[in-house]
Amino acid sequence: MLGVRLYLAQRISALILAPLVLGHLAVMIYATRDGLSASEILSRTQGSLFWGLSYGLFVAAVAVHAAIGLRVIVAEHVRLPGVALDAFTWSVGGVLLAMGARAVAAVVL
Amino acid sequence: MQNPSGNLDVSVWRGNGAGGGYSAYLVPVRENQTILDVVTWIQHRLETTLSYRFACRVGMCGSCAMMVNGKPRWTCRTHVQRVIDGNSLKIAPLRNLPVIKDLVCDMAEFFAKWRKAEGHFHPTSTRHEVIAPIPPDDPRRIAASAAIECINCAVCYAACDVVALNLDYLGPAALNRAWTLINDQRDGARAARLAAVSGDSGCFNCHSQQSCAVFCPNELNPTESIAGLKRAAAAAALGGEI
Amino acid sequence: MVKPHRNHPLWFAYMAHRISGLLLAVFLPAHFYVLGLALNHAAELDGFLRWTEYPVVRLAEIGLVFLLAVHCFGGLRLLALELLPWSPRQKTHAAVATALSFLVSTGFALSVV
Repeated sequence: MLGVRLYLAQRISALILAPLVLGHLAVMIYATRDGLSASEILSRTQGSLFWGLSYGLFVAAVAVHAAIGLRVIVAEHVRLPGVALDAFTWSVGGVLLAMGARAVAAVVL
Repeated sequence: MQNPSGNLDVSVWRGNGAGGGYSAYLVPVRENQTILDVVTWIQHRLETTLSYRFACRVGMCGSCAMMVNGKPRWTCRTHVQRVIDGNSLKIAPLRNLPVIKDLVCDMAEFFAKWRKAEGHFHPTSTRHEVIAPIPPDDPRRIAASAAIECINCAVCYAACDVVALNLDYLGPAALNRAWTLINDQRDGARAARLAAVSGDSGCFNCHSQQSCAVFCPNELNPTESIAGLKRAAAAAALGGEI
Repeated sequence: MVKPHRNHPLWFAYMAHRISGLLLAVFLPAHFYVLGLALNHAAELDGFLRWTEYPVVRLAEIGLVFLLAVHCFGGLRLLALELLPWSPRQKTHAAVATALSFLVSTGFALSVV
């Protein structure tokens, strides 16, 4: 059920995600060294164009990547008509994009 | 050398498309015994109604492929002592193919997918043209030669979990064959073949589990071929060819 | 029990990639929700973050970092498999991806413990 367009979207989002995830892992190791608090996070991220753009890109890429990844798993285990599968994929992508955008806005604005 | 003694506990799947189950047989141990020897002994001495396939019995034709203790193998080239589980053997028809009777499966869909993948040669010249000069060290020829020894035994098809989960998936053998032809510069159907292997049931469904490579008795690597198809098809799509 | 035809390293690598992806996808909405609390509910966010002092939550965090590392390094292995010329060292690649995942999550564990 994966044609060339979905495949390309999946692999391109993966290429975008790879450096962002490695960066995220590094940030988490650095940030959690002395405990975690809202003010500590927000003091660094609020008003930052850099964090806004990088995590914004992260959210967009992960929405595409997770939606297609889940589509493949669902398609292999549940017999769904193509329309339902497409609806599932778009819904997952849409929810992750919306919630993720809100999260990025929450820490950057 | 002492003659081996004792019996093997052999479970053989019997039935047809409607269903079936395992029947138990005791088969005497012999030196240098293959699974095909075991099945043949059962059919000759214990169960004349047992159906199974074989032809060359020397590892060239691929007809005798079956599931042996859960793994797809050529039974003529599988020594009992290599695969025995304690004292027992479990023999079943190849996975992922409909059963006709007992150990015989219906290969029709396997061959149909070979065609669907455009796994056949489309000539571009006649006997009147000069023979195409293809140097043996040409990278595309090397790639084609590495994958060309497939004898369509369906062991890879039985090993693949994507085939099991996605009924339309063309499968490792058909895609491997398509890859050899993509690399054949005499072939005239590149665009059609790339379109055939890049559809919803095509090469992009491969998850690179590589069970096909693990079990191929000819030591081919369909996963490698499919990775090549993915590159070729993706490049063609980005270039607007398909 | 794993079916016999699946009992080899590269199948386990495939399954690890699938399971890590699935669990991360399930975790993500919760993660986005908690972060979103920073908008107007900074105090609630702080409340959530204080949970991280409990050992079981710490362990879950380390687990999540491990899943992310597994999926990321496994994914890089797959991108290499598909985009670069074929390597006969497929099992080695899977082993390296696994080792890096343990390295990263140990690094994280050491920074939070």
